Parts: sequence; C-alpha cells; structure tokens
Amino acid sequence: MTAAVEVRDLVKRYPKRDVNAVDGLSFTVEPGEIFGLLGPNGAGKSTTIGVLTTRVKATGGEARVAGVDVIRDSVAARKLFAVVPQQTNLDRSLTPRQNLAFHGAYHGLSRTDRFAKAAALLDEFGLADQADVKVDWYSGGMAQRLMIARAMMHEPKVLFLDEPTTGLDPQSRLFMWERVRDLRSRGVTVVLTTHDMDEAAEMADRVGIVDHGKLLALDTPEGLTRSLAGHAVLDLSVTPGDGDDPDKLVAALTDVAGVERGEAVAGGPIRLYLNTDPDTVLAPVIAVLSGRSATLTNVHMGAASLEDVFIDLTGRGLR
Amino acid sequence: MTDLDTRPSAGEVRQPTVDARPSAGKAFRAILWRDIYVTGKEFWVFLAQVALQPLFMLFVFAKVLNAGGYVTDDYAHLLLPGIVALTAFLTALQTVSFPLIMEFSFTREIEDRLLAPLPTYLVAVEKLLLAVIRALASAVIMFPIGALVLGSAPWHTDGIPLLIAGLVLGSWVGAGIGLTLGTMVPPSKISVIFAVILTPLMFTGATQYPWQSLDSMRWFQVVTALNPLTYLSEAVRAAVVPDVPHIAPWICILVLLASGAASTAVGVRGFMRRAIN
Repeated sequence: MTAAVEVRDLVKRYPKRDVNAVDGLSFTVEPGEIFGLLGPNGAGKSTTIGVLTTRVKATGGEARVAGVDVIRDSVAARKLFAVVPQQTNLDRSLTPRQNLAFHGAYHGLSRTDRFAKAAALLDEFGLADQADVKVDWYSGGMAQRLMIARAMMHEPKVLFLDEPTTGLDPQSRLFMWERVRDLRSRGVTVVLTTHDMDEAAEMADRVGIVDHGKLLALDTPEGLTRSLAGHAVLDLSVTPGDGDDPDKLVAALTDVAGVERGEAVAGGPIRLYLNTDPDTVLAPVIAVLSGRSATLTNVHMGAASLEDVFIDLTGRGLR
Repeated sequence: MTDLDTRPSAGEVRQPTVDARPSAGKAFRAILWRDIYVTGKEFWVFLAQVALQPLFMLFVFAKVLNAGGYVTDDYAHLLLPGIVALTAFLTALQTVSFPLIMEFSFTREIEDRLLAPLPTYLVAVEKLLLAVIRALASAVIMFPIGALVLGSAPWHTDGIPLLIAGLVLGSWVGAGIGLTLGTMVPPSKISVIFAVILTPLMFTGATQYPWQSLDSMRWFQVVTALNPLTYLSEAVRAAVVPDVPHIAPWICILVLLASGAASTAVGVRGFMRRAIN
C-alpha cells in the first residue's frame, strides 16, 4: 500500500545559513496513522512540514504525500493534503460559512456540494449557530475548529496539524483530540507537530523526535519510553547525611543492581532510571541510603514519560 | 449528514471524491470570484477609495481655481482625462499592493489560496487581473462623476479603441508595480510607500499637464518621461481630447506594453519568493 507520507534524505538549506535546517531526514507515515513530529524550536519540524505542504522548496531528497511527489507535482499534491496552521489564517473578509464554501470552490467542488458539505462540517464542529457572523468574533478555539473544518472540505488523505492545541482551553483541547481520532477512524492520516508531550503520548500512534534537522528516534510512545534506560523510574526524596551530598549519593545508588543511571534534579528528588521492576530495587536502595545515614522522606515509583525521552535525546539547553 | 458518514474499515484510505481532472482553471476562477465577491460586498468602501481623491482634485483644480479666474474652462477638459488615467493607475496599484502586504504578513489570509490546486504564479496573475478589472471600473465611474463636477465631460467617439487599450495596459502597469511593491515592502514600511513612491508617481505622471507643455522645463520633461503613468495620461488625452498636443499613441502603447511586461516579471518573481521559501 502507498505510504501516506514518505520523506527520504530530505535536505533544506536556507540561503545565507551555514547549517542545514533539515539535514538528511527520512521517515514514512502509514495510511490511517496519527504521526507525531516532536522537536525543540528550530529543530526542522516546520521546515519539513513546509516541504510536504509545497510551501518550502527542498534543497535535496524526496518527499511524497499519498504517493505524489510534492516537489515535482505540487499542484496534484495540494488536492491530497490539507494544513491547519498554528496561527489563524482564516479569510476575514468572509463569514465562517463562506470560508468553507470558498475553500471548496478553490478545490473544484460544485456549488451544491460545497454548501451542503459546509453545513455538515459546521454542524459537526459545533459552529452551526455562529456560521454567519464575522470571523473576527471567533475565539482561538473556534477559529481552530473552523480551520480543521475548512481543511476537511476537500477530503484530504493527509492532514497536517501544526501545534493543534497550543493556547486552547481544556474543553477545546479534549474536543480537538476527539475530532482528530474521529478523522483517523475515517481513514485520514494525521501528521501533527507539538511541544506537548502528553498530547503526543495520548494522540500519536508513532512519534518521531527531530533535532538539528535529523531524526533522533522513531517509535510508538511506549516503545520510546521503554527504550529510555529500562521500564521504570524511582524518585527518592532524600536528605543526605552529614558530610554527604546528593551527587555522591547518586553515584552510590547507581551501583545497585537494576539501576541503569541516576540523576539529582536540583532542589528536587533523586531520580533513578531502572532496567528492572522497581520493587526488586527498593530494598537494596534503602540499604545503601541507611548505610550512608541519609533520611528518606518520600518514594515514588513511576514510568519514564515521553518528556524524559525528549529531554534525554535533545538535551536541557535552551533554544 | 452527507457522504462524511461513510466510514471505511481501519487502515483503508478512502478515495477522494474530488474531481481529479486538471484543476487550475476552476481554482483560478474561484479565486477571482472570491475577490470580486469581496469587492461587491464592500462596494461603498471601494467607491470611496477610488472616487473621493480624484473628485476633490477635479473640484479644486478645475472648479474652484476656475471660479477665481486662475485657470480657463479648457483646463478642465484637459484635466479630466488625466484624472481618469491617474484613478485607473492608482486603483490598480493599490488593489494589489496594500492587501498583499497584509496578507503575506499579519493576516496570512492568502495561504488558503496558495494551497489551492493551481500553479502558484497564477495566484499572482489573478491579483493582476482583479486589479485591471477594478481599475477599469473606477475609470468608468470617473467619467460621469467628472461630468457632474465640471458640468460637462469631453468625449470623442473615434478615440474609444485607444481609450480602452490605453486604460487596460495602463492598469496592468499599475498592477504590476503594485505586485512588485506588495511583495517587496514589509508591513512596517507601508507609510513609506505613500511618501517616497506614490506621491512622486502621482505628480510626475503628466496627469495634471500635457507632456509637451513641458518643453520649456527640459529636466522635468525627462523625469516625467521615465514614469509609465505619463504614457497612460497621454494615451487617454489623445483618445478623449485629440486637439491637445500629445505623444504619439503608438509610442504610448509600446511603452505601456514594455512597462507592463517588465513590472509583471519582477512582481511575479517577488511573489514566488514570498509564497515559496
């Protein structure tokens, strides 16, 4: 079956820059998948989406959407995908209903078809009551919903969502997640970029982590968190004994069997990444602590989160 | 609901029902229709934009100054064609430049049209076509308004083909310059366009004076010869008031053709640079 999105050895270098914004990126998105593209600011996510949506000219490599080469055949490709940008780009000279109808007209829908479809989508996205007001009156969440409805007017095979829930209230966010899952169940492939790790873990079937224009990891959210130093983490709130300090404690605790590595978060607990179950490690850990006369005040057993994986791969440095 | 309710089994991608035939023509017409529809919706704004300034110019230069005895009746008939030329030229220029500056920056409204299934340069061509349509509409409005202000308007039936050709080509040149400015100027510099580009264009375009009357001011005659608006003004005057000495119409048409081609080439290149990174 044709891949929904196929990127191979993609390179983009902007003029007057000495590094590549996208530097040999390759990945494939299967039809019907929700694919999350994660990365810090400036990692190359937006440029990659820009190439796939025919707005950025690639320097090298290949990019296909639903089997169509977006670089060589951009007009045909535009029928097969739709984009919902982070920043609203609705047509403010038109009403919400006209925004949908004109989008349909640009994509060749007949008059009857586009008005019928606009009405159905406005209803589905909870905008039917405010379909004929000024777009300027719309809240951020409503504008976002209208942009997704607009994107669905020409029935794309692939929908690109750029940070779909940034700045939305919890209700709008839940509604958005529901709609995106609904799109998948209709066979639409969704590619989303996000900074929100919970959103990526919750929504995406697979996640690609990008930094400096390169793909660092690609797997299911579970697979990624599992790959990070084992299955689980153990957070210990500890007061070191006299003459001891957290770093020395971490060093000692890392020697315990089953502990892959550890770190002392400044002002916070000591976090141990385990490659075995937490309960088998707990007793030896307590033994080490009492041996160094440290006081244990709290223990938390948990799984590594996608955010841990993200930080582990892309570092703590500010961009 | 409509066909949106058909839900295929998991993993299957539904075939699009959208027509897969060449789409550029349909998309182009739809984009043009969007702009004409919006113009119609805001028709009074359009009317005020195009008619108010030339109206006041005609009134003060041809009526008020005439009442004081500073200009003759003949000057009014010489001024009206020039004002029609100026109106068409500026309407075309502003139709493209100002919206484009906003749409490429703050509002990003143009993005939905840039992603329509047609070659990107056609979105720029549509802007030019719309500008010519609006400019011709403004020229058509200006004749009766002028007649109303002046009491009569000059008319010369034999000159109609030249009038139409001149106005179409002149509007095209204005639109091309508008496209160039609209894709080059950042939004923070909009006011600079007015001061540094628009005002000199307006006053060196032989709209308020025939070009040959500048024989005694050689340097200014040379400056005006560099402004394509001069050739539009001269062509419209040659068509409407042929008795007034004017540049030969074939020269005007030739210069307008060349300026239109050049400004379009530069403008479309600028548009492509903005549309695709």
